Amino acid sequence: MESVFPLLTLVIWLPIFGGMVVLASGDRDTNLSKWIALGIAVLTFLVSLGLWIGFDSATADMQFVERGAWIPTFNVWYFLGVDGISMPLIVLTTFITIFVMVAGWDVITYRPSQYMAAFLIMEGLMVGVFSALDAILFYVFWEAMLIPMFIIIGVWGGPNRVYATIKFFLYTFFGSVFMLVALIYMYFQADSFSILDFHELELGMSAQVLIFIAFLLAFAVKVPMFPVHTWLPDAHVEAPTGGSVILAAIMLKIGGYGFLRFSLPITPDASASLDWLIIALSLIAVVYIGFVALVQQDMKKLIAYSSIAHMGFVTLGFFILFALLRHSGESTGAVMGIEGGMVQMISHGFISAALFLCVGVLYDRMHSRQIADYGGVINTMPWFGGFMVFFAMSNAGLPGTSGFVGEFMVILAAFRADFWFAFLAATTLVLAAAFTLWMVKRVVYGEVKNEKVAALADLNRREVFNLGALAAVVLLFGLWPAPLVDVMHKSVEHLVAQVSVCKLPAAQAADCLLARPAPVAFLAP
Amino acid sequence: MPFDAANLLPILPEIVVAITASLVLMVDLYLKDKRKGVNHALAVIGLLVAIGFTGAVGGGAQELFFDGNVVRDAMSDLLKGAVLVISIFAFVYAQPWLKDRGLMVGEYYALGLFAVLGMLVMIDANSFLTLYLGLELLALCFYALVAFDRDSPTGSEAAMKYFVLGALGSGMLLYGISMIYGATGSIEFGVVAQAIAEQGTKDKVLIFGIAFLVIGIGFKFGAVPFHMWVPDVYEGAPTPVALFLSSAPKIAAFALAVRLLVDAMGGLQADWQGMLAILAVLSMGLGNLVAIAQTNIKRMMAYSAISHVGFIFLGLLAGSSQGYSAAMFYAIVYALTTAGAFGIMIILSRKGFDVEHLEDLRGLNDRDSWYAAMMAIMMFSAAGVPPTVGFMAKLLVLEAVVRVDMVWLALVAVFFSIIGAYYYLRVVKLMYFDRPTTDAPILTSGGVRAVMSVNGLTILFLGLFPAALLSLCQGAFA
Repeated sequence: MESVFPLLTLVIWLPIFGGMVVLASGDRDTNLSKWIALGIAVLTFLVSLGLWIGFDSATADMQFVERGAWIPTFNVWYFLGVDGISMPLIVLTTFITIFVMVAGWDVITYRPSQYMAAFLIMEGLMVGVFSALDAILFYVFWEAMLIPMFIIIGVWGGPNRVYATIKFFLYTFFGSVFMLVALIYMYFQADSFSILDFHELELGMSAQVLIFIAFLLAFAVKVPMFPVHTWLPDAHVEAPTGGSVILAAIMLKIGGYGFLRFSLPITPDASASLDWLIIALSLIAVVYIGFVALVQQDMKKLIAYSSIAHMGFVTLGFFILFALLRHSGESTGAVMGIEGGMVQMISHGFISAALFLCVGVLYDRMHSRQIADYGGVINTMPWFGGFMVFFAMSNAGLPGTSGFVGEFMVILAAFRADFWFAFLAATTLVLAAAFTLWMVKRVVYGEVKNEKVAALADLNRREVFNLGALAAVVLLFGLWPAPLVDVMHKSVEHLVAQVSVCKLPAAQAADCLLARPAPVAFLAP
Repeated sequence: MPFDAANLLPILPEIVVAITASLVLMVDLYLKDKRKGVNHALAVIGLLVAIGFTGAVGGGAQELFFDGNVVRDAMSDLLKGAVLVISIFAFVYAQPWLKDRGLMVGEYYALGLFAVLGMLVMIDANSFLTLYLGLELLALCFYALVAFDRDSPTGSEAAMKYFVLGALGSGMLLYGISMIYGATGSIEFGVVAQAIAEQGTKDKVLIFGIAFLVIGIGFKFGAVPFHMWVPDVYEGAPTPVALFLSSAPKIAAFALAVRLLVDAMGGLQADWQGMLAILAVLSMGLGNLVAIAQTNIKRMMAYSAISHVGFIFLGLLAGSSQGYSAAMFYAIVYALTTAGAFGIMIILSRKGFDVEHLEDLRGLNDRDSWYAAMMAIMMFSAAGVPPTVGFMAKLLVLEAVVRVDMVWLALVAVFFSIIGAYYYLRVVKLMYFDRPTTDAPILTSGGVRAVMSVNGLTILFLGLFPAALLSLCQGAFA
């Protein structure tokens, strides 16, 4: 379905060119550049709502497709389109960016125009990643994203920012270059860089395994999965509030999105034979990182580890499907696992953003992120205390908040596959409650710890807007997740159907772990 | 054989450059010290006219002239254009630096223009003799240019090293050429290629010859293990000369490699492929690793150059038209990037102060955010990060290498480019994350700023729209 109006192009390039305008407006009149930046962010969000409104959730086909020649001699196209998996993530991106702008409003005093511009350019690139259907276009957006983030952390970050940002850059760069080689390899097999053509591509087992590993390197670093997660706590701690928000809310999701768009459909057989690896790493992330989060002294670090644990849930939900197929041969559980992972990604986008904003609120006032420096904040900041407790609860997966929906779906799916998977995954309900609520207890409740806390001022209008809007969304999707799930349902079903078919060439048919011709019968356990 | 004046037509760009160089030599005699800027204007105009003639006489199928000693084909058109454009950049960036130091004399421009002439002759060459002629003209001019600041002991030392090792390289090349002449009985590339095709590739003399040719090419490119001169020369040479040396001659060296290895010795591809693979891997490895340890930015750029040569070799050794065009794209893009990076160093230098150390770039964003942005583009391009053209260049080379089933080489290459990313990032870090240690104003003329903007934005633009340059490169090897 070709799109008449280039809506996706608009959502990508509006913030990028807007960012250039903000950059050009300079710091002579900071108010002007801030308002331009906020205006562009809001406008982009409104335009991206057009994607949601115009989206047809009855089909798994790519929608809003745009296709133009880019490098014709190499068959590289400017090829964009979204399905139910990528569209919600795009809207999430444009939505969260608004809060980043607002959160940095008074706080960023060093070159605010460059700060705002970097986030706008970042926004366009992230939307590009989610909507690119050409592998090279995807890779260009994917890598280009590193540049603004590198600069954001390095310029506006904390004391140890240089170490953190270079570590961030090199880790992600390391992950992605091998993916590039894999993409080029597939280009010669498919004679096309179209991701949709890659999905149809027949690949031998050893090629699949190598490609799978290349993808795993790229996406596991981004997600991040244990044991390549160590850049995240550093980056989060040092990044300015806005940087942490974008990192946690969106950049981590790009890794998860990569698994759904690349790893699973392109290399289903390798995924099926290596799913134990992903599941093991995911469970380690859930359990071990949960314990690590428990002992953190630094609030941002704690939330960073909590993000890793939650993303472990996401990857578990994505890769549980092979165990399900082997076990029961039915695909509804598999669909539920992936949808649960997706809902968890979106919900974690809101919740982690809100928690980082909360920490930002405190940090702006006290310039400390140490839990030990706080105590009894609710006595001086009752509004803030209320929001913080609410978001902490949703982070722990309280029913009624969006945090619950995704976790519940994933655990349910895991139960159908294997009791022990579900058991380990469910420890997160205990651990997440433990580490977030304990932090809240130490920071928000109790006696007023010192005179600095006693002097704290409650939220200003800007902060109330930020936290209030996010709280509303968290509640909305917690109480009524149906619209979100409906939008992605067809695409996820299509993905599961794709993934449950063996893609090995006929000569290797004997090695198929997955059903050979059509997704009707699955192998018995 | 009677001389046909039509022979002169396709070498009009060379003639224009030669005339301009001679003109500068003569006019300079009558110029007062204050009016030496005329030399600069003459040189730039001469190069612009040469670009015009390159376009005018270019296009169309391959043609041979001067009894087959000179060739004009799609590759020579494009490479000549690139060399001339980058030489203009080099002259424009150099002017304020020379002026500040009282070095704005005619000899600089005459030597520079003769060097450009040498490069053009190399690109045009269709016989060993022409090729060697161009190469030596280029090299001799550069030996003198490196020592141009005659009061600088490091400059003289660098020139001495460059001269000795350059002469060694030329000697190797000549030795190889003599063997190949012995085996095939001709110095003309077409005839050599034909002879190889007829008598087969078993001839030991030929294999020896090609080994020496590859060594010579390695010397001229500065590939490991023939790279020893590169860091010292870059460090010792005056910054404008280092700029010049690191940019346009790489394009000419690419022409040298293609003319020798592909045009003449294409039949022996199986032999030189393995040699180039070794040089490429060593260059990428050593260049990237040692660059990390550098604190002198010129030395860092030298090791960076060595590592990029590895990438150019990767494209060449793929041995396919895609590989050659990818290597050509890479060489042009590399020259453009490195010219910009050295250009920033010149811009930041002022009277009595030269940018030598990485530290000198500290806080550039606070001093001049536009130049900082341009330098950041150069660094990201050198690291191969999209959306800059450096990424496209690497992509094309990797594509060509994977196409001929050498995936392991592609993996080695990307692995070393991760290591390489670190030291380019360090430059960005210094410019953006640190505060300046000096508040000396950056004084540049509008012209320099415009040329730098064109240079930087071209790198961005080509990264977003590489199709046009790419199809030109592919047309050269169609």
